[in-house]
Amino acid sequence: MTSPVIRRLAILAMAAAIPALPLAAQELRIGLASEPSSADPHFHNLGPNNQLRRNVFESLVGTDEAQQLTPQLATSWEPVGENGWQFNLRTDVTFSDGSPFDAYDVIYTVCRIPGVPDSPSLFTTYTGAITGFEVPDPHTLIMLTAEAYPLLPTEVSTFGIISARANGVDGSTIAFSPEGCGDLNYPATQAFNDTTAAIGTGPFLMESFRRGEGIELVRNPDYWGEPAPWERVTMLPLTSEGPRVAALIAGDVDLVENPPLQDLERLRGDETLRVVQGISNRVIYIHLDHEQVPSPMIRGVDGVNPLQDIRVREALTIGINRDAIVERIMGGVAVSAGELLPPGMFGAHEEGDLPPAVFDPERAQALLAEAGYPDGFGITLGTPNDRYINDAQVAQAVAQMWARIGIDADVDASTASTFFSRRNAFEFSAYMAGWGSGTGEMSSPLKALLATRDPDRGFGGTNRGQYSNPAMDDLLTEALRTVDDDARQELLRSASRMAMADFAIIPLHYEVTPWAMRATIDYAPRADQYTLPYDVRPAQ
Amino acid sequence: MLVFLLRRLTQSVFVLIAMMVVVFFGVFMIGNPVDILISPDAPPAEIEATMARFGFDQPVHIQFLKFVGNALQGDLGRSFVHGESAVSLILSYMPATLELAMLGLIFSVAIGVPLGVYAGYKADRWQGRAIMTGSIFGFSLPNFWVGMLLILIFAVELQWLPSTGRGEAVEVLGLRLSIFTADGFQHMILPALTLALYKASLVTRLARAGTQEALMQDYVKFARAKGLSETRILMVHVLKNIMIPIITVLGLELGSMIAFAVVTETVFAWPGMGKLLIDSILTLDRPVIVAYLMMTVVIFIVINLIVDVVYTLLDPRVRVKGSAA
Repeated sequence: MTSPVIRRLAILAMAAAIPALPLAAQELRIGLASEPSSADPHFHNLGPNNQLRRNVFESLVGTDEAQQLTPQLATSWEPVGENGWQFNLRTDVTFSDGSPFDAYDVIYTVCRIPGVPDSPSLFTTYTGAITGFEVPDPHTLIMLTAEAYPLLPTEVSTFGIISARANGVDGSTIAFSPEGCGDLNYPATQAFNDTTAAIGTGPFLMESFRRGEGIELVRNPDYWGEPAPWERVTMLPLTSEGPRVAALIAGDVDLVENPPLQDLERLRGDETLRVVQGISNRVIYIHLDHEQVPSPMIRGVDGVNPLQDIRVREALTIGINRDAIVERIMGGVAVSAGELLPPGMFGAHEEGDLPPAVFDPERAQALLAEAGYPDGFGITLGTPNDRYINDAQVAQAVAQMWARIGIDADVDASTASTFFSRRNAFEFSAYMAGWGSGTGEMSSPLKALLATRDPDRGFGGTNRGQYSNPAMDDLLTEALRTVDDDARQELLRSASRMAMADFAIIPLHYEVTPWAMRATIDYAPRADQYTLPYDVRPAQ
Repeated sequence: MLVFLLRRLTQSVFVLIAMMVVVFFGVFMIGNPVDILISPDAPPAEIEATMARFGFDQPVHIQFLKFVGNALQGDLGRSFVHGESAVSLILSYMPATLELAMLGLIFSVAIGVPLGVYAGYKADRWQGRAIMTGSIFGFSLPNFWVGMLLILIFAVELQWLPSTGRGEAVEVLGLRLSIFTADGFQHMILPALTLALYKASLVTRLARAGTQEALMQDYVKFARAKGLSETRILMVHVLKNIMIPIITVLGLELGSMIAFAVVTETVFAWPGMGKLLIDSILTLDRPVIVAYLMMTVVIFIVINLIVDVVYTLLDPRVRVKGSAA
C-alpha cells in the first residue's frame, strides 16, 4: 500500500479527479411543494404537471423568467394573411427515440389534445382557436384561426410536442379537423407514467415517475441546445412545509420550492444556503358583488347592495393598508398591487404609472358617509385558508382595517375545495382569491375576472362578482384581435386603467415566490413559479 | 366457529354499505371537484364538458346509483385526478404502508415488551415508575410533533438518518419495498419509530399489568421454588402468558396503523396510502376516498379474523373450547 509508486499514482489519480469533481457531483435533488398528477404532458393542465412537462417535452414557443416569449422548437413566428400565424421550425431537432421533429408532430399533438381520456382539465383551452394547418414544407407550419388571434404564439407555449413517428403515425397523412382527427394510435396516459411514451425533445429524459415517491430525470445526451448541467435530477414530492425545509437543511435535497415564510429568516442566516425570490404572475385580490340585490353576505342595509356604489368600493379600496399587510403578514415577501398584473409583464403599467391605492382611512370614512352609510354596514369576507400564502391572515387583516373605517366586517375562511365551490355558486358578497396569469399578459386576468360574463365567448369565467362594464369589454375585445404588440399593449393598459378607476376589483398584492437551495447552486426566479432544473446552475 | 364467521361477514357487508352511503354523500356535499381540478383559465364550455365527462351534471342520486351499480361489478370508479382505477391506485400505494406498519409493529413490540415486563417486575421501584411515567409521553405527544422532533434530532442535527422520502426500493414478489435495501431501511427508521411510539407505550402498559398479575400466579411461585432463574421465569413463563392481550390490542392497532398512518406519512413524505387519502380529500377525489375507506373496513374485518385465529394458536384453552363446540 505504502509503496512510493502506488502513492504517486494515487496522487496523480486524485489530481486528475479534481477538475472532474463538479462533473461527479452532477446530481440535483429537488423538494417539490406539490406533486404532478401525471407524466402525460396533455393529461392535466395544472402547474406542477406543466412544470414537469417542460423538462421532457418542449413547445414551439418557450417563455423566459418574466414569461416573455422565446424561441424553442420554432426559431421565429409571424402573422401571415388575415388570420394565420407562420412558425419556422428548427431543423436540427430529434426526439429521444431518434425520430426527427417536424411540423407534422405539432399537428399530431394538437390532434391528441382534445381526446385524452379521463382528463380532469384539457389543454383545449389553448388549442381551441386553431381551425386548420398548412405545411408549405416540413419545417414551416402555418396555423389558421377563425379570426385574427394575437395570443396564438402565447397559447402554443403552453403545451409540449409529442412525436407522430414514435407512435407509428405518418404525420403527413393526418387530416386535421378541430372536431378530431380520427384514431391516430395516441399513446395512453399510463404509457407516459411508466415512461415508455415519454419521448420528447427536451433537455432531460424521464427515467421514472412514481407517484408519491419521486420523479427521476437524466440528461438527454442528444439535446439540440446546450446540454443540461445535471446528469441526473431527482424530484421528491415534499408537500408539507416543515419537512421540506428540514430535508434541505439535513442535506437530503439541494433545492426546495416555496419554503414557508416563517423559515426564510433562518434560511437566510445560514451561510451554506441561498434564498432567492421573485415576483410572480399571481395577484391576490378581493372581488365584490356588483350584481345581486340584496347581496347575500351584507348586513344592516335595507334591501340594497352598497357595493354597487362606486364611493363604497373606493372606500373599501383605500381603507386597506397594503404596505402593512406586505410588511407584517407577508414578511416582506409580497409586493403591493395597483392592478392585476405586476409591472414588467405584457399589458401591465410601468412601475409607478398605476401605483397601489394610497391608504387613507379618513377619506374612506367620508366617502362612506357621502354614500349614505355614515355608520357603515356589515359584510362577510370569504377566503380560502389553504390556497395562497397566509391567505386567512391576510383576510383577517383586511377585515380589521375595514372595521377601522366603520364597516362591521368578519371573515369566513374555509378549505379551498369548499371555498371555490361556494364562490362559484355566488355565495359571497366579497371574497379574496388569487389569479395567476397563465399567459403572462394582461388579457388573462381582465378576461377572466372583469369581462362581462359571456359563456359563448369565454369571458368572465371567474368573474364571480359579476362586474360588467361594456366600455372595458370593448377595449378588451379590440385588444384580443389586435396583432400589433405595441397597439395591443396600449389597449390592455387602457382597459386595466378603466377597471381600476371604476374600483371594479380590489387588488391587494402580488405574491413573491421564494426558493431555497445550497449556496453552491443558483436559480433565477420565474414569474410562472416553475422550478426548471435546466436553469438551476452551479453558482459562479 | 362457522356461524360466528358468517355472522361477522353479514355485519361487515352492512358496515360497508353504510360507509359507502355516508362517504359518497359526505364528499358530494363538500364541493364540486371540477372547481379544484380544472384550470381557472378554461372557458365555461370546457368546464361543462369536463363536468359531463365525469357525470357531475347528473343529479346526485343518479350519480350514486351509477356508482353502486359499478361497485357491485367490482369497479369502484376511476380517480378524477389520476385517471386510473381507484382500487389499483390505492393498491400501488399499499406496499409502502404495509412495510412501514410492519416495521412499526416490530419496533413497538421490541421496545414495549421488555420495558413493560421490566416495569412489572420492578413495579414498586423507581425503575418501574420511571418507565410508566415515560410511557405517558408516548401516549400524549402528538404524532406530527414527534415526527418533526425526530427529524430535527436525527436528520438535521446529527445527520445520522435521512429526513424524508422512501430511499431505494426493490421489487420483491412484485411489490416495491424499501425494507430490503440498506438505504431504504434507513429511510424507514424514523417514520417507523414515530408510528411505534404510541403503540410501544400501549404495549408497555399492557405488559406491565400482565407481568404484575402473572408474578402472583402459582406457576411462578412453583418455578421459583424449583430454582429457575428469574430471567428464565420472566422471559419464558411469564412472557408466554401475557402475550394474549398484547396481541389482541396490537392486532386492532395494526389496522389503524395501516389505515391511518396519515400524519406520519405526510410528515415523512412516505408514499403510502395515508398520504394518498389526504391528497385525495384535498382534491375531492371522491372515487379514491370512497374506495379507500371501504378498503379500510375490509382490512379491519380481516385483521380481526386473524386475531381470533391467532388466539387459538396461542391459548390452548380457546383451542379446546373451539373443538368441543
